[in-house]
Amino acid sequence: MSLARPLSIFALALAASFGMVQAAFADEPVKLTLTLKDHKFSPAEPTAPAGKPIVIELANQDGTPAEFESKALRFEKVVTAGKTITVNVHPLKAGRYRFYDDYHEATTEGFLVIQ
Amino acid sequence: MLGALIIVFREIIEAGLIVGIVLAVTKGVRGSRLVIGLGVAAGVVGACLVAAFAGALAEAMAGIGQEIFNASILLIAVVMLIWHNVWMASHGRELAMEVKAVGEAVRAGGRSIAALGIVCAVAVMREGSEIALFMYGLAASAGSTTADLMIGSALGLVAGVAVTALTYFGLVTIPQRKLFAVTTALISLLAAGLAAQAVLFLQQAGVITVLGDTAWDTSSILSDTSLFGRVLHTLIGYSDQPSVLQVVVYLGVLAIIVALTKTVGARRAPRPKAVGAAPAE
Repeated sequence: MSLARPLSIFALALAASFGMVQAAFADEPVKLTLTLKDHKFSPAEPTAPAGKPIVIELANQDGTPAEFESKALRFEKVVTAGKTITVNVHPLKAGRYRFYDDYHEATTEGFLVIQ
Repeated sequence: MLGALIIVFREIIEAGLIVGIVLAVTKGVRGSRLVIGLGVAAGVVGACLVAAFAGALAEAMAGIGQEIFNASILLIAVVMLIWHNVWMASHGRELAMEVKAVGEAVRAGGRSIAALGIVCAVAVMREGSEIALFMYGLAASAGSTTADLMIGSALGLVAGVAVTALTYFGLVTIPQRKLFAVTTALISLLAAGLAAQAVLFLQQAGVITVLGDTAWDTSSILSDTSLFGRVLHTLIGYSDQPSVLQVVVYLGVLAIIVALTKTVGARRAPRPKAVGAAPAE
């Protein structure tokens, strides 16, 4: 009883939030393709237009796992050796947004340049 | 070595804080240490499994398996924390006043502690899987510095355990009467923060696309990658660049907790002992 109640309310809230998702289908996202090799991103400074959703695809060509992360772009995703992942980024204002490999943050970084 | 220490320590802070809080919350409750120990152990095993299958997990569900998995376990932790607070709101007072049959209270208390054990498991699993992958990366890229990095990682682990100890001993110095209010508030904020983290994963996966704009940017004032920022990130869910939806969900979860504890607390409050009054039910 004491569990059922909060659970059901929580489920309702979840269902509501997923319902909102269906309603809001924004315009086509811009796709960026990046690779990670020898702990370097390439391109290191990809560009994309402002105000559009972005999908970044990252192929990890190193033999070690990496964690593709950015605070400003709000994503963090593990990409194991030889694998490819994608992350979704919300529409952005013009500027430079830093991303990095969380396991080698000091040396493995890049900037998403929004114009 | 310092690099490895920092990475492992950074990953472990959140789990360390959460386990410390849970230890303080359940202080003196019989069987709680065993349950929390099991939770942490399960978390470690789970972390290794998640790390081992990280590649498959990332490819699952059309490439968003990792996000769905992270969001799901975070939401499980949120539900467990909410349930614990609601349970405490309804039974905590009775326990304190010893008006309830001890047997029932202990049984129900056991369930509440199990919920917190799950929270510990989830916290350790999430952070631990990233550490396991990092360590795997170290081992895979064999170099002359590997031993050095291993020592750094071990020291990072020790530092993480120290965070747990500090959190626990810091909390238990609070007088028992006030401890309840403090931990209730802490758990509420923790739950709201974890829910906001789950939102990040769902937005990154593209499952949710609404309210994706940045609500504020305080990264120049207090970065959530700094040590203090990270601690606040875990304790109160601080984020230096949250999305609007994250803020909405954070406040929503807090509102749900307050509403639930109020209603359940009121319903369970001891009735006045007026003998002559006609029973309402």
